[in-house]
This record gives sequence, structure tokens and C-alpha cells, in this order.
Amino acid sequence: MVSIPHGGKLTNRVAEGETRIQLVEEAEELPKIEMEIERALDLENIAYGVYSPLEGYMTYEELSSVLEDMRLPNDLPWTIPIILDVDEEDISDIREGDDICLTNKDRPLALMRVEEIYRINKEFYAQMVFKTTNPEHPGVAKALRMRSFLLGGPIKLINETPNPYERYTLRPAETRVLFSEKGWKSIAGFQTRNAPHLGHEYIQKSALVFTDGIFINPVIGRKKPGDYRDEVILKAYETLIENYYPRNTAVMSILRYEMKYAGPREAVHHAIIRKNFGCTHFIVGRDHAGVGDYYKPYEAWEIFNQFPDLGITPLFIRESFYCRKCSGMANEKTCPHRGEERIRFSGTKIREMLLRGERPPPEFMRPEVVDAILSFKKPFIEG
Amino acid sequence: MNIQLEKDEGKVMRSRKYTTVSIPTTLHQRIKTLMEGTGFKSVSDYVTYILREVVSMHERERMAQPFSKEDVERIKKKLRALGYL
Repeated sequence: MVSIPHGGKLTNRVAEGETRIQLVEEAEELPKIEMEIERALDLENIAYGVYSPLEGYMTYEELSSVLEDMRLPNDLPWTIPIILDVDEEDISDIREGDDICLTNKDRPLALMRVEEIYRINKEFYAQMVFKTTNPEHPGVAKALRMRSFLLGGPIKLINETPNPYERYTLRPAETRVLFSEKGWKSIAGFQTRNAPHLGHEYIQKSALVFTDGIFINPVIGRKKPGDYRDEVILKAYETLIENYYPRNTAVMSILRYEMKYAGPREAVHHAIIRKNFGCTHFIVGRDHAGVGDYYKPYEAWEIFNQFPDLGITPLFIRESFYCRKCSGMANEKTCPHRGEERIRFSGTKIREMLLRGERPPPEFMRPEVVDAILSFKKPFIEG
Repeated sequence: MNIQLEKDEGKVMRSRKYTTVSIPTTLHQRIKTLMEGTGFKSVSDYVTYILREVVSMHERERMAQPFSKEDVERIKKKLRALGYL
């Protein structure tokens, strides 16, 4: 059986049919609050149950509980705040109990019942979520730029933001039905932001040894120069699955989400998200969701010790490499050889080779995947 | 613990909510012995950990299938159209 949704019930806050038509009309009369695209993605993730059991943006009590205890007020594990920040002038005419309309580029996206308006102490928030207040940390920098007031309360989605990858977008209700139809009882979730090299494939297949299926769930969202373009990642994975995975063992769909770079806390968050998609297991990488040297390499593994009630099993698979002596992929637990026998995978090195028009060797990346990447004139985001 | 978040204009103290549960002193002693070297700081921490594990397991057993037959058919139709099925 696929995993039970976090909190027991998959949230559905999407207005449909007559209700939607009525709410769209209502929205025209309501005070509007414009949101950035990243917050709008959170909105969709709430509405479709990716963040179950949340039904809206966090209230003061929920945020306090998450920051201090890494749990919702009902004791359910939850590590990353889902909040809506606004300027004082945005809320000059809004009172607790009012309904408002949330917009992106003036397009109405959702109605929200404002349960609470409260202030945020950004430094405290940053310290608790990111374990630092250093403004060079990208998550902290963003937290410090947040607007000063937060709105908490439930939402109802009436429109979505444009999605160029609708074909690759499955909601939790859909993946759950899909996994069941495939007869999968155990599913390992894999998060990625890269085109796959052999190290990624080895980790996924290690998980496949004892699960029925792998759910490859690339994060699509804001990228930095030098990153693979979203369409390149998708084509590279499609190629890999087609050529190197047995039929009926892998599913890929995207997650529209902005990385927070909150290291261990975000690793737990990623696991909860995949639990809501129906995964029973989640592959947690070394320095998962980390940035710079703010977190210890295996801190994202250790934090899971605090959540015996998470409801999804984390898989800690060690970093892999190609061993010349073993003539194959291996990791620290499976290979006794040392030094130059081991070819370690470096995403940066592979990228540099591709940028020079060179083909990474087959010990690094499958030739078909290389072809897929090089079929794009500009596979990387330019500066 | 002072959460240091401000609600409206004033600072709000948020106190952790705990309650007391009685267990036999003999069990308390057994847990204390068992805990040594495990990293748990107190019997309360240990018991909380174990209870969360057990309670969540029982909660999961009681949860029902979330979709109606109609939901499933509608979703399957979309999955077929997208090539997933």
C-alpha cells in the first residue's frame, strides 16, 4: 500500500465547477495581495495536498511550534514554515476574519480567510530554520528580505500559475493512483536538480533493489547561472529511464518548488512532501538541501532520528563512485579499494566538459544521456 | 521558552505544553538502564520517542482509503492521456 498522507488525509483546497465560478466572481470584490511566484507555488502545493495536512499559510501558533519544536501544534512532524509575508500598506484595510484575494501578476489565484495577522522576527526565524543568521546564506538572505507582517489562514485555489511542464506535473492524488495501478507497494522518492550521472543512477537502483518502484521528482523552479535548464533535466531523465530502467520500475514527474537550502530541516520537509505523493521511502543525500559549509555532511541524516513518527522511511545511501578494480559502480560500504582506482563523480566537472563540447566518459554519464543534453544548443542557464 | 515572535505589538511567551503520565518506578528504572549510551537525555525523552513511534503506527492502521471510485476513474483517465498508464 502507498504511504498514508501526512496527518492522515490528503488536503484538497482546489475550487472546482460551480464553486470555482462563484469564488472567481467573489474574488473581484475582495482586497488583493500580490504574491511572488515562489509563494504562489506554495499556494498550489497547499491546495493539491503536497503540503498535507496544511490547508493554508501558517498561523502564529503553527509557526511558533514549527520553529521551536519542528512539529505542528498537533505534534505532527513539520520542519519548514509555510508563510505569507506582506507589507504594512498591503494590509492597511484588512482585519483578522476578512477574506482576501491572492494574486500573481494581477491574476487572481486564491481566496484566503485571514485568521491572523502577526509580525515576524526575521533573525530568530533565520536562526531556527537555517541555524545561522549569516546573510551570505541564500535562505537567510531571503528571510531577511521578507516583508514584516505575516498572514495566516486557509486558502482556496481558483486559478493556477502558468506551467510550461503540465505534461510532467502529477499531483499527489494522481501519483497515489498511479502507484497503486502499477501494483507498487513500496516506492522510493528521489529528489534532484541535475541531469543524471552514473552516481545518481546507482543510488536510485540501490533503492530499487528493495522497493517496487522509484519516483524521480525533479525540482523545477528558479535556477542560478550554470544550472541545467529544466527541459534538459527532463529529457535527460526520460532518456535514462527509457534506456536503463526495466519497464514499470520508474516514474518521473516534477515538483514546482523553491529550494530553501535549509539542510537538515529541509531534508525532512522533502521526505514529508514525497510521503504525500505516496512514497514509502525517501532517498536522503549527503548534505541534502545544504549550501556552502553551513551543515555537516551527514547532518541531514542525523535529524531523522528525532522523528520516529514521520511515516516515511529515509534511505541513507552513501556517495558512490566508479571503481576501476571492481569494474563497476561502488560505494564505501561495497568497495575495499582506495585512491586512484576510484573515479568520483563531480557534477561541476561534468558540466565543464559539456560546456567545452566534450563528451563525459561512460564511467561518468550514459552516452544516451550525454546525447540528450548535447541536443540542446544551450543546456545551461546563462549568467 | 521565549519564542521571540511578535504578535501584534507585544511579545508573546510561548510555553511548551507538557503533562505528566505515571509509569511504574520499576519500569522507569529499566528504561534508565536501557537508555545508557543511547543519546537520550531523559526517561521522558525516551518514552516520548517510543510513544510517538507506536501511536503513529496505530493511527496509520486506522486511516481509510482517501479516494472514491469516481475519483480514481477520473485520475486514471488523465494518467492514460499523459502516457503514465
